[in-house]
Amino acid sequence: MSTTLPGTADSLPLDVAAVRADFPILSRTVRDGKPLVYLDSGATSQRPVPVLDAERRFLETANAAVHRGAHQLAEEATDAYEDARARIAEFVGAVPGELVFTKNATEGVNLVAYAMSNAATAGPEMERFTLAPGDEVVVTEMEHHANLVPWQQLCQRTGATLRWFGVTDEGRLDLSNLGELVNERTKMVAFTHQSNVLGTVNPPAPIVERARQVGALTLLDACQSVPHAPVDLHELDVDFAVFSGHKMLAPSGIGVLYGRRELLDAMPPFLTGGSMIEMVRMESSTFAPPPQRFEAGVPMTSQAVGLGAAVDYLSAIGMDRVAAHEHVLTERALAGLAGLPGVRVIGPAGTELRGGAVSFVVDGVHPHDAGQVLDSLGIAVRVGHHCAWPLHRRMGVPATVRASFYLYNDVSEVDALVEGVREAQRFFGVR
Amino acid sequence: MDLENMYQEIILDHYKNPHGRGLREPYDGESFQVNPTCGDEVTLRVRVGDGTIDDVSYEGQGCSISQAATSVLTDLVVGHTVDEALGTMDAFVELMQGRGQVEPDEDVLEDGVAFAGVAKYPARVKCALLGWMAFKDALAQTPHGDRAAKTVID
Repeated sequence: MSTTLPGTADSLPLDVAAVRADFPILSRTVRDGKPLVYLDSGATSQRPVPVLDAERRFLETANAAVHRGAHQLAEEATDAYEDARARIAEFVGAVPGELVFTKNATEGVNLVAYAMSNAATAGPEMERFTLAPGDEVVVTEMEHHANLVPWQQLCQRTGATLRWFGVTDEGRLDLSNLGELVNERTKMVAFTHQSNVLGTVNPPAPIVERARQVGALTLLDACQSVPHAPVDLHELDVDFAVFSGHKMLAPSGIGVLYGRRELLDAMPPFLTGGSMIEMVRMESSTFAPPPQRFEAGVPMTSQAVGLGAAVDYLSAIGMDRVAAHEHVLTERALAGLAGLPGVRVIGPAGTELRGGAVSFVVDGVHPHDAGQVLDSLGIAVRVGHHCAWPLHRRMGVPATVRASFYLYNDVSEVDALVEGVREAQRFFGVR
Repeated sequence: MDLENMYQEIILDHYKNPHGRGLREPYDGESFQVNPTCGDEVTLRVRVGDGTIDDVSYEGQGCSISQAATSVLTDLVVGHTVDEALGTMDAFVELMQGRGQVEPDEDVLEDGVAFAGVAKYPARVKCALLGWMAFKDALAQTPHGDRAAKTVID
């Protein structure tokens, strides 16, 4: 990597100016010459030059279909693909064989849900994956649709019952009924590590411990945690986890499903076809060991290489430093918005166990309209329900404005947000 | 970007003082429409007597654009024949889908011409059409609904 990475001593704060220089898109202007203030990294992040370069270099020098063919390019492409897997695994405290590449996190959740469907028609050795009437799947009311709808559908296919943890008025997971909710009938508990709306960080430990007691599987939606803070999946001891490349400086079209090796070994496939087989006859087939068993067809390759480069970039800066930086931005945003009469943050008011997604409503100004005013100032935020419609219903709001921060944002952008919200209030005559 | 170009005074007036709001009886067709990307929603009823739109009543929640567009809709169609109303709908849809390239006819669209600026923002076009989708769908349920049923707004 030719680009010098900003600040490597742990004691130093992140050098935002140096980081920003690595992201070409951040220097463009929008809406009649306004500097871009990109506060929508919770939806998708921007990509630094080293990631763009890695993808291009791979395509210019080593592109080939991986895990098939014996020519030199096929060899080099396969090495690049597997090398990326190894570095990503290390980044999240796992081993390479536990990581399945998917097109995104949504596909990762669906992979597990459909594998559990497929287990129903397999032998008794699949019992721990199978669902039947009387069995229960537990999710939370703060899930992204990606970690809710696949489980609803699985329950509809199998006759199992979907249950969920509630959310408190402050936007915390209500674990008061953990012992009752996760019980002997529970087969799967799927929950988010960090809410994409509230910013709330859920400690996995009590949920995982209870799930273990009753023999239930766990799946962690780590889409909003892995990009923003150090995450060690072995330490968290979850059975499955998913995250997406495009939310962590990498290309779209690449996501990761983590599964404990022993579970991936036992689990039936979801998609079937080329690459994932061991032996094929006209009558029937046997399947490759994981992770190949879950990667049917020619996989996305330059995207995987890009994700490998992204974790290198993040590791060189240090995830502790990234988290500390976002903590500062979040604290400033919460304080700034709290200082605006008529503005209400939906989610924890403080920064403890809280990440850098800050959602809010403005009295008298619909989120769409607030977002439009911000856009006119060059500030990109997300408006709507952010794929968490039940959560918005629970919080009593139809939609919110969400600002989400990443390592390349600086405090002046947070101040621009707060000033922009004030401008929206002025424009719509509510202040 | 010129905010005033999008949020014309006419739009803000309709937003703050909507016309025809509230659900009323009797009615001949009713439709519930939702914008899945933002969660905005409208329930709209239409009353048709003798080929004329006698009443349009609605309830909903949403942004200024969706609320104002539905308010303008009631002004444009109530008291007009079904054919006239559908012609107006076609003109409004054409304006909204014209990426800002369509010159609106004020004689047809009246206050609806104020939405010309919105047409330049693809993400907001759906907001402006939400009420019209509901109108078309509600009208299609009435005995005069053949043409409405065949019209596609996408």
